[in-house]
Amino acid sequence: MTTSADWGWPLGVFIPEQLSFVRAFNNPTTSELIGAGAASLVVLGGLALAVFLIWSGWWRPIWRDWLTSTDHKRIGIMYIVLSLVMLSRGVIEGALMRTQQAAGLNGGFLTPDHFAELFSTHGTIMVFFVAMPFVTGFINYIMPLQIGARDMSFPVMNQVSLGLTVVGATLVMISLVLGQFSTGGWTAYPPYTGKVFSPGVGPDYWIWSVAIAGIGSTLTGINVAVTIYKERAPGMHLFRMPLFTWTALCAAIILIFAMPPLTVSTLMLAMDRYLDFHFFTNDLGGNMMNYANLFWLFGHPEVYLLVLPAYGIFSEVFATYSGKRLYSYTSLVYATMAIAVLSFTVWLHHFFTMGQGANVNIAFGIATMVIAIPTGVKVYDWMATMFRGRIRFSVPMVYATGFLILFVIGGLTGVILANPTIDYQVHNSVFLVAHFHNVLIPGVLYGMLAGYHFWFPKAFGFRLSEGWGYVTATLWIFGFAFTFFPIYFVGLLGMPRRSVSYSDPAFEPFMLVAVFGAAMILSALGALVVQLLVSIRKRETFSVPLGDPWNGRTLEWATPSPPPEYNFAIIPTVTDRDMFAVAKAQGNAFEKPAEYEDITLPKNTAIGMMVWVSGTGLGLALVWQVWWLVLVCVIGMLVVLIGNTFRTDAHRVIPAAEVAAAHQAWLDQIAAATPVGRLGEATPHNKGLAAQEAVQ
Amino acid sequence: MTEQLHPGLNLGPQHGKAHEHAETVMFGFWVFLMSDLVIFGVIFATYVTTVNPMGIAGGPGPADIFDLKSVFIQTMLLLTSSLTFGIATLMLRHKKGVRHVVLWLSVTLALGLGFLIFEVRDFSTMFANGAAPSRSGFLSAFFALVPLHGLHVASGAVWLVVMMMQITLFGLVPMVKTRLLRLALFWHFLDVIWIGIFSIVYLGGLA
Repeated sequence: MTTSADWGWPLGVFIPEQLSFVRAFNNPTTSELIGAGAASLVVLGGLALAVFLIWSGWWRPIWRDWLTSTDHKRIGIMYIVLSLVMLSRGVIEGALMRTQQAAGLNGGFLTPDHFAELFSTHGTIMVFFVAMPFVTGFINYIMPLQIGARDMSFPVMNQVSLGLTVVGATLVMISLVLGQFSTGGWTAYPPYTGKVFSPGVGPDYWIWSVAIAGIGSTLTGINVAVTIYKERAPGMHLFRMPLFTWTALCAAIILIFAMPPLTVSTLMLAMDRYLDFHFFTNDLGGNMMNYANLFWLFGHPEVYLLVLPAYGIFSEVFATYSGKRLYSYTSLVYATMAIAVLSFTVWLHHFFTMGQGANVNIAFGIATMVIAIPTGVKVYDWMATMFRGRIRFSVPMVYATGFLILFVIGGLTGVILANPTIDYQVHNSVFLVAHFHNVLIPGVLYGMLAGYHFWFPKAFGFRLSEGWGYVTATLWIFGFAFTFFPIYFVGLLGMPRRSVSYSDPAFEPFMLVAVFGAAMILSALGALVVQLLVSIRKRETFSVPLGDPWNGRTLEWATPSPPPEYNFAIIPTVTDRDMFAVAKAQGNAFEKPAEYEDITLPKNTAIGMMVWVSGTGLGLALVWQVWWLVLVCVIGMLVVLIGNTFRTDAHRVIPAAEVAAAHQAWLDQIAAATPVGRLGEATPHNKGLAAQEAVQ
Repeated sequence: MTEQLHPGLNLGPQHGKAHEHAETVMFGFWVFLMSDLVIFGVIFATYVTTVNPMGIAGGPGPADIFDLKSVFIQTMLLLTSSLTFGIATLMLRHKKGVRHVVLWLSVTLALGLGFLIFEVRDFSTMFANGAAPSRSGFLSAFFALVPLHGLHVASGAVWLVVMMMQITLFGLVPMVKTRLLRLALFWHFLDVIWIGIFSIVYLGGLA
């Protein structure tokens, strides 16, 4: 173990030998060079961004309009930007691991420790800093629009939540340069991650990034649930809420109840490591099984909190592109609630093999399988929604149908794993790796990408390139299939998970197919970037300022694109499900209201940024045990948060006349525009005013 | 203007804007408390799993370290502080003015600090007798659960000070009133948690 003796007190346990560049210089192996290369990407990327912002002068509008904004839409977009940035790192790491395993027969080019760091960061990033911000971003952006609200209930807290989430992501990125990350997987099971077996700073990076981001997520859950309960437009009773809002509500409830166990388990692990407590140690009354319980008490609901909003997005996509109401809305709602409740009853299937006895295993095995029932209800409802619909096979529908097919396969392997006797055989093989990628990629990621394509024109006022959209979607779907189906086979052949290399030549052909699939996923990521760049370049051609490019059904489409910061000129009155579709059918979707009101909105505030700065400082100081800095950051954060409560002029008013003028201008544009039918949807004629169709 | 008294703090006209706003923030705070309750719940569960020979690991057990007399005094101090907070709320409701509200809040603060002093004294006695959290899983869980409640009380005390500052600065405006109402919820919530600690940790441990 390294010591801080030479540096003394000011820098804690930090020594320059832990910089990845220094490590690579001292020991230039392929493994270290890859690490240093990634670290230099982080440093150069950060520097390039800073230089670019100063050179272009964009830092001022970005600060004014985005970083200090309390607008739920901007906060939502920032969440999604964060998640896309982290997605690129996560995908590259995944591809690197596949490459290692393709070359991994009796060797390969990575050291076991480096491989362990890779699967730990890959998992941590994908779950906490890709999937969660992506989901949170959509909920933030779409949900208040769907329920006809002006903003979230607690806009400033919303900004603070974002700040805390970014702290976690920042810490994971910094770990590439300063020191190393945990080698204990995304679940960080002690006693391996305890002080005895992992004396370095790796697990500390994991602990603080996950704990701090987790607190942000708890606050988000509270914010979302309260918003949905309290801010709905008149007439929007619960069973008129769009499906996505329903899933957002269930996800929020899961956040409120599932994040605290994560906070507790990470902080207990921290106490074990820092203060010599004995929660999960091998000696003196520690019990690591309690960690497994606490972690999965969070971890299992977590996967449903990710997948439920994706279900919500698919529900909107199937209904919109089939030109129909959702089939059996009520059963979809009940299935969503059932899944949210059941998600809390199955955590123990993550440790079937850890000796709790057959009866307990049976109970949890059955509970796990039961989740397949409401999920099956949903799948049939989505298929029935398409049945006899006027289907447009647009890009989000490609993702959605890809999801239907692949996700059912993933679900079936889940039912297989829910059987304790089978689980004994395969739980520690890559079969399990294939299973959870098979549910998380088609389930969550395709949902998010479908939503990204679906709502992008709402957020920015122009469509994404459909051509590149098809390319991207196809690459994601086939890339997934080529990467993970072979892994099921290797898993059944007995290849253990998390192993850097193997000695059985029978695994190799499968691994070669998998690396081909990984290359396709990498290209899919590339195509996603190209699609965005192409669309930005052609934004005039793709522009849909009128706000309803896909003949949408729910209230978010009843606003201009992008929506004004107050969302609705006047709060809509809801009389039906699919309110906007009904209003369009009745011909009163774009009526001028009798009178406008002044709108009160929260002022901009830098509190989220201050939380980010002090939180990142706090995390780093804790990782490196720089106690004076811990004190400074804690005091700084308290001053910021308490000081904020002394603000009395936190609101500003937008005068009714201004609202009226903007609304009138939009109505005039609508009146002058030619509606575009389904066939013209992907053409420049689509300015966001969809023609009415005969089908309901 | 005839003013109707109604449950709650009489922030303004019944069903008026102030009322609607209060409804959202109060509900939000309840949801936060439920989340906090889960935190205490899992730590309680952890604690209960350590009160056995394996968790105690040959170190001091409940009978060796708990001083029921001191804990009883703490209980009395904390419960009385909830009572005085309730009186402060009544002063607010019946518009007795800033002076009365601040007075009763100060009494609450004093009782809360008294509670903390006794608690810290207990902890230091335990440390002196070798009952430190590093000794055993049982003591780790004890020192996660009970000081966490103490930390909440300390935060509540800071919050009380902040509120007294804001009452003096802004007067009893709706913003201050709803914050007081939330602090009241928080303070009473800590009583509920303490009753759990008193029954499960102290009485249960000595039973």
